[in-house]
Amino acid sequence: MEKARPLWANPLQFVFACISYAVGLGNVWRFPYLCQMYGGGSFLVPYIIMLIVEGMPLLYLELAVGQRMRQGSIGAFRTISPYLSGVGVASVVVSFFLAMYYNVINAWAFWYLFHSFQDPLPWSVCPLNGNRTGYDEECEKASSTQYFWYRKTLNISPSIQENGNVQWEPALCLLLAWLVVYLCILRGTESTGKMEQLANPKAWINGATQIFFSLGLGFGSLIAFASYNEPSSNCQKHAIIVSLINSSTSIFASIVTFSIYGFKATFNYENCLRKVSLLLTNTFDLEDGFLTASNLEQVKGYLASAYPSKYSEVFPHIKNCSLESELDTAVQGTGLAFIVYTEAIKNMEVSQLWSVLYFFMLLMLGIGSMLGNTAAILTPLTDSKIISSHLPKEAISGLVCLVSCAIGMVFTTEAGNYWFDIFNDYAATLSLLLIVLVETIAVCYVYGLRRFESDLKAMTGQAVSWYWKVMWAGVSPLLIVGLFIFYLSDYILTGTLKYQAWEASQGQLVTKDYPAYALAAIGLLVASSTMCIPLVALGTFVLRRLRRGDAAPVA
Amino acid sequence: MMVPLHSSVGVRARSCLHKNKNKQQQNTSSTKMTKLHNSMIPVLLLRNNIHVFTYIHRKENTRQKGAENAFKVRLSIRTALGDKAYAWDTNEEYLFKAMVAFSMRKVPNREATEISHVLLCNVTQRVSFWFVVTDPSKNHTLPAVEVQLAIRMNRNRINNAFSLNDQTLEFLKIPSTLAPPTDPSVPIWIIIFGVIFCIVIVAITLLILSGIRQRRRKNKEPSEVDDAEDKCENMITIENGIPCDPLDMKGGHINDAFMTEDERLTPL
Repeated sequence: MEKARPLWANPLQFVFACISYAVGLGNVWRFPYLCQMYGGGSFLVPYIIMLIVEGMPLLYLELAVGQRMRQGSIGAFRTISPYLSGVGVASVVVSFFLAMYYNVINAWAFWYLFHSFQDPLPWSVCPLNGNRTGYDEECEKASSTQYFWYRKTLNISPSIQENGNVQWEPALCLLLAWLVVYLCILRGTESTGKMEQLANPKAWINGATQIFFSLGLGFGSLIAFASYNEPSSNCQKHAIIVSLINSSTSIFASIVTFSIYGFKATFNYENCLRKVSLLLTNTFDLEDGFLTASNLEQVKGYLASAYPSKYSEVFPHIKNCSLESELDTAVQGTGLAFIVYTEAIKNMEVSQLWSVLYFFMLLMLGIGSMLGNTAAILTPLTDSKIISSHLPKEAISGLVCLVSCAIGMVFTTEAGNYWFDIFNDYAATLSLLLIVLVETIAVCYVYGLRRFESDLKAMTGQAVSWYWKVMWAGVSPLLIVGLFIFYLSDYILTGTLKYQAWEASQGQLVTKDYPAYALAAIGLLVASSTMCIPLVALGTFVLRRLRRGDAAPVA
Repeated sequence: MMVPLHSSVGVRARSCLHKNKNKQQQNTSSTKMTKLHNSMIPVLLLRNNIHVFTYIHRKENTRQKGAENAFKVRLSIRTALGDKAYAWDTNEEYLFKAMVAFSMRKVPNREATEISHVLLCNVTQRVSFWFVVTDPSKNHTLPAVEVQLAIRMNRNRINNAFSLNDQTLEFLKIPSTLAPPTDPSVPIWIIIFGVIFCIVIVAITLLILSGIRQRRRKNKEPSEVDDAEDKCENMITIENGIPCDPLDMKGGHINDAFMTEDERLTPL
């Protein structure tokens, strides 16, 4: 007897699941960076316009597809057209790549969280060198927070070629992260829902891209979540709510991030002034405490004129302290979360408390997104009768977690962070654009927009407004095609891809070229998900031909 | 604005040290004169407070022999103590000489070091000065290595005498031994990791076991109901020839009303 499809206990649970999936680390570390790069508040204009024109319609489309077909991404698209189930497969492949590398971030968050219970915080002091006469050289050249991230957490190698061994500490944390994810998905649906420069064309492109990825379109997670919905639930309302909450979280996170930037910039600026004062005081034997921030420039000018030879000796070491240059440092990604924020936290009062709260928040965001991700992988697998007849749901979940964890150990090697960056930059970007484009075209033109609209009306009891229809059929696909062309040409024009490697001797990042096998890996990443669409279509075509060929002689 | 030097504001222009003890008494007064001639005394008048600062220009040739055995000391009293900062005067210098002599006495073969053997020189307003320890019997300065060793061993006592620490009382050629951070035998993070790890494992095991138990119970009840239903269905198809396809649940078109009732009954 066929088991009933599990349902969300109430619509609120579904909304919360979507929100916790959509609101992720990207809201915290990508959106504030984009705001800073593209003119601050004015970035909100392209962002909100893209939200209304691209984000909400596509989100509504994915939720509606899931709710209508009541299956995961593979099954849903097979229902639309058997040739298009490749789209679902591509979604699952991309989700699998994401699952592999995204949980490493949670592992790092766990690592920092466990280290937050010490006094002083381990990233606030440099360790001593061999004969205890000074601080470790690498730590002196960089800063203590950078040292803790690159040396203690990652133990990073100087380039991607030097693989090194698996580091047992981050490996343990990765194992724990996967166990926590497994614990949450074990019970299935019931447990995942918890109580989530205007003229510059780049600003618009980045606004469109941010909305796209921030909402998590194309991974199949939203289809998976919506497939567990009652057919009559109002997915239009849900789509609007989820996208609005996601955007307001991004904006709120930027406000917090900018205040953290300000705090850090002020602190570093005052530190810089203090160092310059000390240097001048020691060189010219001025009275201790004489130099202050206000008279520094005046005294510097005087000293330069009165003792030119001595001043020119010490001049190369005098840094020009400027608050603006401190504020201008814009960082995104793991650099923001684990270096800039920890630097600001270590200078606050009661830093252990803030550190624990901050990494706990990162964990909540990360694990929420991971659950949506694993749902995207597991729902098609549990829907498929072949697999679910042989294995119970717990075993399938366990197997997926185990395989992802094992492969994820690559990211805990010494060169792991470089591979992480490869996955982060290339695994999802182009493939998702293509997947969502094919999704939209499939629903509007293969399944038929009129048929879909009448289905929705029958399901939810509400008519679909003309706005959504125009967006689905026309505007959004065109936008995606535009984005796709832009990114493709950008990659081609850039030539060889480069990456940032940590140079221990200099204590800073240097740019290096990817070796050939890394470029091959990038190509494989992108190809393995995008090729699913044409390959499965081709495979289905061939199978059908064969079946028709078999049937013909019998008839 | 040029203002004549006021000696009352803690400015010390001390005679510089000649390492030959014979010359020392002779040249004290003369070097004092040369010092005043050679020193440049610019002064800045700042707002209401008169901050007098002088930059004493040191003549490089005043230290000849024994220059390699002299150490520069730098104090940052105001940075360390703020309002409670004391002024650096001759008494403080006496204490310093006493501490250095004390440290030297701890070195074997140097137990006879007296305070008068320690010579200070070039005191600036920073406050910084040079010092050297002489051996009057042999008429030379003690080797730098011995002085360095002595100071390093008693660094803590010297710091405490002046209520300063390694950063605010600097001996420029003597690196201080930094205190290593306290390392507990078991790193704290492993303890917390172990706790959370065990909790998660226990929770997973509980959930899996309860899931297995629930499935076993579900399989026992509906299987009995199932057999009866299947027989009925088969009979119906045989009797009426109506195919069972509409009753098949595969299309995902589930009669919600029926299913919700079923689910309500199952936990019993």
